[in-house]
Amino acid sequence: MATSSPNGPAPPRADSSIRVFWRVLRANPLSFFGFLLCAFIGLTALVVVVAPGLLVPYGPLQQNSLARNLGPSAHHLFGTDNLGRDIYSNVMLALPLDLGIGFAIAGSALFIGGALGLVAGFYDTPGTLGGWLSIAIMRVTDIFLSFPSLILALAMTRVLGLGVGPTVIAITLTWWPFYVRLVRGEVLAVKHRPYVSAARAAGVTENRILLRHVLRNVLEPVIVYFTLDIGTVLVTYSTIGFVGVASKFPSAQPEWGAMLAFYQGSGAATSEPWLVLAPGAAIFVTVLAFSLLGDGLRDILDPRTRRAFVRSTTTHDPPPETTTALSSSSDEPDSDSSSAPAVGAVDARSAS
Amino acid sequence: MGRSLSDLIIFVAKRLLQLIPVLLGVIVLTFLVTHLKLTGLCNEWYPKAGQTTLENCKAKYSAPILNQFYQYFTALLQGHWGADIAGVPVYPTIAADFPATLELVLASLFLMIFIGIPLGVIAAQYSGRFGDHLVRIFYLSGWATPTYLGAVVASVFLAPYLGLPAHGEYSSTSLPFHQYTHMSILDAMIALNLPYTADAISHLILPAVVLAFINMGIATRMTRASMLEVLPLDYVKSARMKGLSDFWVLYKHALRNALITTTTVLGITAGGLLAGTVVIEEVFDWPGIGQYAYNSIGGGSSVPNFDGAVAVVIVFAIGVVVANLVADILYGLLDPRVDWR
Repeated sequence: MATSSPNGPAPPRADSSIRVFWRVLRANPLSFFGFLLCAFIGLTALVVVVAPGLLVPYGPLQQNSLARNLGPSAHHLFGTDNLGRDIYSNVMLALPLDLGIGFAIAGSALFIGGALGLVAGFYDTPGTLGGWLSIAIMRVTDIFLSFPSLILALAMTRVLGLGVGPTVIAITLTWWPFYVRLVRGEVLAVKHRPYVSAARAAGVTENRILLRHVLRNVLEPVIVYFTLDIGTVLVTYSTIGFVGVASKFPSAQPEWGAMLAFYQGSGAATSEPWLVLAPGAAIFVTVLAFSLLGDGLRDILDPRTRRAFVRSTTTHDPPPETTTALSSSSDEPDSDSSSAPAVGAVDARSAS
Repeated sequence: MGRSLSDLIIFVAKRLLQLIPVLLGVIVLTFLVTHLKLTGLCNEWYPKAGQTTLENCKAKYSAPILNQFYQYFTALLQGHWGADIAGVPVYPTIAADFPATLELVLASLFLMIFIGIPLGVIAAQYSGRFGDHLVRIFYLSGWATPTYLGAVVASVFLAPYLGLPAHGEYSSTSLPFHQYTHMSILDAMIALNLPYTADAISHLILPAVVLAFINMGIATRMTRASMLEVLPLDYVKSARMKGLSDFWVLYKHALRNALITTTTVLGITAGGLLAGTVVIEEVFDWPGIGQYAYNSIGGGSSVPNFDGAVAVVIVFAIGVVVANLVADILYGLLDPRVDWR
């Protein structure tokens, strides 16, 4: 077995992000599946935006008195409602909106929170202006983190005005503090590394150190967290849609949460379950895809699981040749089945 | 190393003192967020209200912002939390609704601890193998389920199938006993009324299970991570070498140590659990502050209630702050490495 290799586990190398990414996908079939699913969902959304005719047979509000309350069939994949509106078309049309909102909110939160976190982590020398700024940022962040973001976002949406735009702004305003915490923590861990001191000794200015040396090394965990976060944002947004404060259904631009709320409220859920299950399944699969991908990637963020991950990927140590994406994906089931017992073996009785 | 009783008192008191600025911050932030007039505040909150309500509202919120804050702050401290559009005062309603929410959240926490943590142990035990993947799929499914989806599926499809009730706290509305605590199970138990206790439990099962399922991921994930850290340590190995069974090694020796980190889950999930009650209580018709929040915000077709919404935001934030405090103190008690002084 691979564990009995005479050389023992190779020391973990400092890898490029792409290679780490592939190692995670190879070690964790669920993440790999999530990655494929994300790619598929992204492509589908793109097609719906660019060429809706290919995937969306009916308009979002198009009624058909001859096709009321139909169950799922070849013509109406997810059935129709009491006015003959096609559920499949509505679910499909909602995909780009929900996905775009997930990216927009998580992305803006990343930029706002990331920038504040960089400042708070890097310029935190006590007594200086930066030190005070850092303290102020962290106190405000702590207060924001005391609120469940859903409830704060709900109240803010009311204040900002109902609709998609205000909801996006409201969620973003409650979302950035998570990134401040994350980025500041990473900056604090990185800023005393030897390469930063070396750059400082070489006379590189502080701002340049921040942007070229610290920022780059902080980026990887932040992006991993971002992947997982898109799903969470989507859930929050669609929950606000469900409460009925964000989007209304039926409308020209359907949204999954609002859609589910509408059909659940109309009392049709028991007699025509597809009305509720179709948008529900859509959001479940989308969020699950991002979570599967992000959860596996997050194993390398947490130092505890990272060690287990390094153990598991280095014991059977495939030569780090630059395989193309395609060939390594076809190897996937094999390499995993050989690595799986090794992981358990190392965990249970690692060589002392 | 200070871990005597007097040190403990100082430890707890310090944390209680640290609470004050956070609570002040929560109150100020809630004020700013809800009182900023980006659009017509009154029009936005009371779109269908009569002329007098609108005039009253506008008169109240046209004062300078600092005056408004003074009014709001003093009223808040005195327990005058305003009233909804029909004149029902906010504070007594929230005070009466709170125990039901606490009951629901505690029941979910109980499920999370007794199902989520063992799942984390199993995942760590079979790390990288089939069992690990299965656990991962389970908790990620919970993660990926929006609260409303879980609640609707459970109440519409699972409830009739399992024969469990999906509405309210009890089957009948007139109770043969006095509600001292406003927690359904506890009240029935205090009255020594077994049928009603069983009835209350059966009503609590579905909402609590859904709430726990959705928030379980963090507990499982953290337990798995801390177990993976602990399992290769020497003391676990020596326990194994002594010939102890796998079960004993995992759940007595390893988990005991790993569990210390997992207490922080209490604080982390408090926000998720409380936010979850907003939708779950509405769908399951559970008479807690979650349902009150849903109605105050103007969910569904209910009339928005500005004072209620402001109060609810503050109460939820206080809930999170207190949960974090409890987790922090618990961590200090459990981990012998924490210095209390």
